[in-house]
Amino acid sequence: MSTIQPIAGPDEQHPDVALVARVRDGDIAAYDTLVRKYERQIFRIAQHITQNREDAEDVMQDAFLKAYEKLDQFQGNSKFYTWLVRIAVNESLMRLRKRRTGKLVSMDEDVTTDEGSVPPDFADWAPNPEQNYTQSELAAILKKTIQGLPQGFRVVFVLRDVDGLSTEETAETLGLSVPAVKSRLLRARLQLRERLTRYFGRRAPAIAQAAAASGGDGAEA
Amino acid sequence: MTCTEFLEILDDVIDESIAVETRTEIEAHLRKCGHCEVVLNTTRKTIEIFRCHEIYEVPTEVSERLHAKIMDKCRKAK
Repeated sequence: MSTIQPIAGPDEQHPDVALVARVRDGDIAAYDTLVRKYERQIFRIAQHITQNREDAEDVMQDAFLKAYEKLDQFQGNSKFYTWLVRIAVNESLMRLRKRRTGKLVSMDEDVTTDEGSVPPDFADWAPNPEQNYTQSELAAILKKTIQGLPQGFRVVFVLRDVDGLSTEETAETLGLSVPAVKSRLLRARLQLRERLTRYFGRRAPAIAQAAAASGGDGAEA
Repeated sequence: MTCTEFLEILDDVIDESIAVETRTEIEAHLRKCGHCEVVLNTTRKTIEIFRCHEIYEVPTEVSERLHAKIMDKCRKAK
């Protein structure tokens, strides 16, 4: 099937390759550059999985330390970033497991396959609907909306749509098949759209605004 | 093309990885189906809103503190 998706040339070297090589030669300043480049994304992913700020901070530190210590094991077949994300995802799941005293936690959690294929609400949205809310109201709405998704959908959406990883990279990072990523991504997108329609739909009542003001974790304080 | 068929390839439409020959069919479907057009536009908007608004913003001082801790641990590690 012919597609119009842009694909980077195989000979094109990613700028991280040189930085990783410098770190391997003992140049810690090069690692500082890599940490700065990705710390926000890693924090965001950890926060989306653990749903807890303290855990996210710990995961971020542990993931970068582990990546540094294990850099010799990094084969260079994948991008440094996807390798780093995989470490952060595993650390986040371990952290969740600890919190739930040993209960098994996996990327398949809460994932059901019988919903989300046909969106029942076709209400159109107001133009630029996000402008009807203040920054903190909007953040509360988005937080509440994405937190309501099953974890296995949420992480796929964050990696693929917010972080911009490719479907293949997302699959590799999470240890899922490409069709599984595609199926979860579609459901995640449709469920988020459906949930946001409550706030952004043309018929969205004032009650939605009240819900937004009381939603989210601590944004209303 | 039916609405169900359109929804099955919605992701490919959004990601613009659609075969040229399918594109005409999609355009024809969207011209006559307002519901699918709304779903397409609002799903695109959903992605855009999440991409443009950082919901877990880290204050600079926290970020600096964590960064310093990470680098300190790495220096001690080797």
